[in-house]
Amino acid sequence: MNYLIDRRLNGRNRSAVNRERFIRRYKDHIRRAVKDMVAERSIKEMVQGGDVKVPARDISEPGFRYGAGGDWEIVSPGNKQFVRGDKIPRPDGGASGSGGREAGSGQSMDDFVFSLSRDEFLNIFFEDLELPNLMRTAMAEAEDKKLVRAGYVKDGTPCNLSVPKTMKTALARRVALGGPLREELEQACAELEEATRAGHSPARLALLEGRVDDLKARLTRLPFLDDVDLRYRYRVAVPAPVARAVMFCLMDVSASMDERKKDLAKRFFTLLYLFLTRKYERVELVFIRHTDEAQEVDEDTFFYDTQSGGTVVYSALELMQQICVARYASSDWNVYAAQASDGDAFGADPAKSSRFLREQLLPLARYFAYIEVPDENQTGASSLWAEYGEIQSHSRNFAMTRVARPQDIYPVFCDLFRKEKVA
Amino acid sequence: MSPLPHGPEWEFELLEHYDQAIAETAAEFGLDTYRNQVEIISSEQMLDAYASSGLPLGYPHWSYGKAFIRHEQAYRRGYQGLAYEIVINSDPCIAYLMEENSLMMQALVIAHASYGHNSFFKGNYLFRQFTQADAILDYLVFARRYVTECEERYGMAEVEEVLDSCHALMEYGVDRYRRPQAPSAREKEARRTELAEHRRLQFNDLWRTVPPAAAADKAVASTVFPEEPEENILYFIEKHSPRLGPWQRELVRIVRKLAQYFYPQTQTKVMNEGWATFWHYTLINRLYDKRLVDDAFMIEFLHSHTNVVTQRGFDQEGYHGINPYALGFAMMQDIRRVCEQPTEEDREWFPELAGSDWQKSLDFAMRNFKDESFIAQYLSPKLIRDFRLFVVADHASKAELEVDSIHDDQGYRRVRRMLAEHYKRENLLPDIQVTRYERDGDRSLLLRNQIYRGRPLVDEEANEVLRHLGRLWGFPVRLEAVDAEGRVDGYREWRP
Repeated sequence: MNYLIDRRLNGRNRSAVNRERFIRRYKDHIRRAVKDMVAERSIKEMVQGGDVKVPARDISEPGFRYGAGGDWEIVSPGNKQFVRGDKIPRPDGGASGSGGREAGSGQSMDDFVFSLSRDEFLNIFFEDLELPNLMRTAMAEAEDKKLVRAGYVKDGTPCNLSVPKTMKTALARRVALGGPLREELEQACAELEEATRAGHSPARLALLEGRVDDLKARLTRLPFLDDVDLRYRYRVAVPAPVARAVMFCLMDVSASMDERKKDLAKRFFTLLYLFLTRKYERVELVFIRHTDEAQEVDEDTFFYDTQSGGTVVYSALELMQQICVARYASSDWNVYAAQASDGDAFGADPAKSSRFLREQLLPLARYFAYIEVPDENQTGASSLWAEYGEIQSHSRNFAMTRVARPQDIYPVFCDLFRKEKVA
Repeated sequence: MSPLPHGPEWEFELLEHYDQAIAETAAEFGLDTYRNQVEIISSEQMLDAYASSGLPLGYPHWSYGKAFIRHEQAYRRGYQGLAYEIVINSDPCIAYLMEENSLMMQALVIAHASYGHNSFFKGNYLFRQFTQADAILDYLVFARRYVTECEERYGMAEVEEVLDSCHALMEYGVDRYRRPQAPSAREKEARRTELAEHRRLQFNDLWRTVPPAAAADKAVASTVFPEEPEENILYFIEKHSPRLGPWQRELVRIVRKLAQYFYPQTQTKVMNEGWATFWHYTLINRLYDKRLVDDAFMIEFLHSHTNVVTQRGFDQEGYHGINPYALGFAMMQDIRRVCEQPTEEDREWFPELAGSDWQKSLDFAMRNFKDESFIAQYLSPKLIRDFRLFVVADHASKAELEVDSIHDDQGYRRVRRMLAEHYKRENLLPDIQVTRYERDGDRSLLLRNQIYRGRPLVDEEANEVLRHLGRLWGFPVRLEAVDAEGRVDGYREWRP
């Protein structure tokens, strides 16, 4: 009897678990590759998965094998010209022969290349990153429920059984039920003793002894554990406070921000955007770009639109403050902001911006990061950098850093959002 | 019987018709098979099957992930096609067919796998000795569950460590000969009474007066362990490792059992493929003779068949050594030819074969040989001429390679012997055996590599494997290389 079975609808991804094991094992290689990828990619490609190369040497599985050397005879088909005794020069001069061919799984093989999917890529990408200072919380629409201990109950599942509590109850029950019996027993013992001393008749003694034994037996029959002793931990669902956060992305798109700088800034925000959308479902994002006046835009415009003009940093900060006050009343919201600029600001603008930032924005915000993208050959500090530098010295929730090359973006990004160590 | 319908697309109903026709034809030739189970799978599932060496389920391990990624990459980029079929030595014999195959291809594959390979699995002595076709699937289920349980209980890293080390020694986890079964209690009892009876019959009071042998002799004899060298290294570790816990021993056993399951397949590649190819060719031709399939079907069939049995010359593009399908098929066909139309030469070379019943002779060859002995026995001068085989000697002592023999009268026997040697296990795997376990001393383990024709081990890899071995053993491990005269030539050691 032959069976014909259609298995096409059965699970396809049987190897997924093995693939995942492989990735876990070679995480270091993959992490390094991911870092390099970020530097090379354009903004639109940033989100895709990518190829990872692992040196063949590192993933080979060893075994006892013949190396080059020794005596071999090789049988091959397709002889056209050779007769017995012909001499053939050794290929590549060394003593290789077929030994070399068989040992080839080590060195001669190419690097092992494989593709990461988008999810795998992002997972590794944003490992160990966290929004800093996320502590002030506000009650949101009570979507989250948290289970909280609420004493003990008499019914429950075995996994909730509280052994100490049960033992306590059992002990109490045994003491309570055994108390009267024990008293009676004591009495009976005393009577028996007295009767023995007084020399009562054997019949009477036997009666008393029987009573003592009976009481003892009743005491031992008290169960050590009974159904009524069981106590289970009880939990109730309590609405949990949900952290709400908003992230402001501020970018300078003035004329002095040339394509290279804009590209750097956008790369940074792309990372930030991906990171936030991935980690926090409830993070709201506000995109603000500015020339000499600031605009709130959607993410597409923010990342892909080109526009230029003069520079007034102050305008952006002011807009952020307005939005903040209007929409994100500070007691309910964790406010974060990241600003990118080349630091070219004129006249009173830097000083004014700096003061505004210090006095108006920092008290509202949990964390404010400033990223400067300087000219390639710029050495001195920009005007904005100099002004902001003062804030840094006496504000704990302000950070500033410079990014000159695409390779630096990822390390800088990781630096700014490193997971806070539990002190 | 009316002709079978033919077309590019297959349907389940059509496959059943074809299967039935093939089954009837196979019965005419007296093929003895396990029951068949044909399963249609998609290309993704085929890739999954590739990664686990064709087994329908395996325990999780990163190396399978690596294999999967490698095959997947090669396939997606078009460097590699997928096999049309995978067949599993089990009862019922499971054959996986790709859904992409055309109707003709499915018929070919059913004939090849479900009747060719299947009868080979059932008949060949190596498979009969070493694999239990009806138990393998259950064992795989057990292995997978056991490994997963160990991972839960002892941690993934711990389990992976043991499996990594076992995999490095997998090729040395194979028994080449069956171990004698341990005697049952009843047999032991019977032997004891027999011995007692023997002693009683031989009783002579005189022996009482002979002084007992010196005790020292016995002590010396017992220090050497194992008494005989053990070539199944994993077996030795499982039974004697001083370090491993019970669950680790069970893991070693699982890897060992799987290695043993694959052992017959590694030893019969040429025969197995040759046999299966011979039978799909013969069965489909018979269908054609019976007018069950039409010319279009036959043309398509021959096209695929010739692709499979092409042997490229050593200097041609795409040459990857000798094609086991080509060699095996040619030899099977040749045996039939020698039986049916022997020439003078054949009568001289194969006096017993020439003129005999080809079905019986071929069946005998299938049952009682492995690649090495099969080639040594049956490769005919005609085939050596057809393949234009030649032997090149690559000796370390000589500066140049030398053509050793070609397809001429002086060369036939030597070419045949060399080709047979090519499939010998020693020729592929260095000979390494456990020779000494210092049970009463530092618990170190001594292995001996008998150097075969001056061939050294790959140095770095050998050290790596030794490290794995040490991890399983937990005490010092030494590997000595010994040349043909028994002199120790090299020495490496691993210490914890």
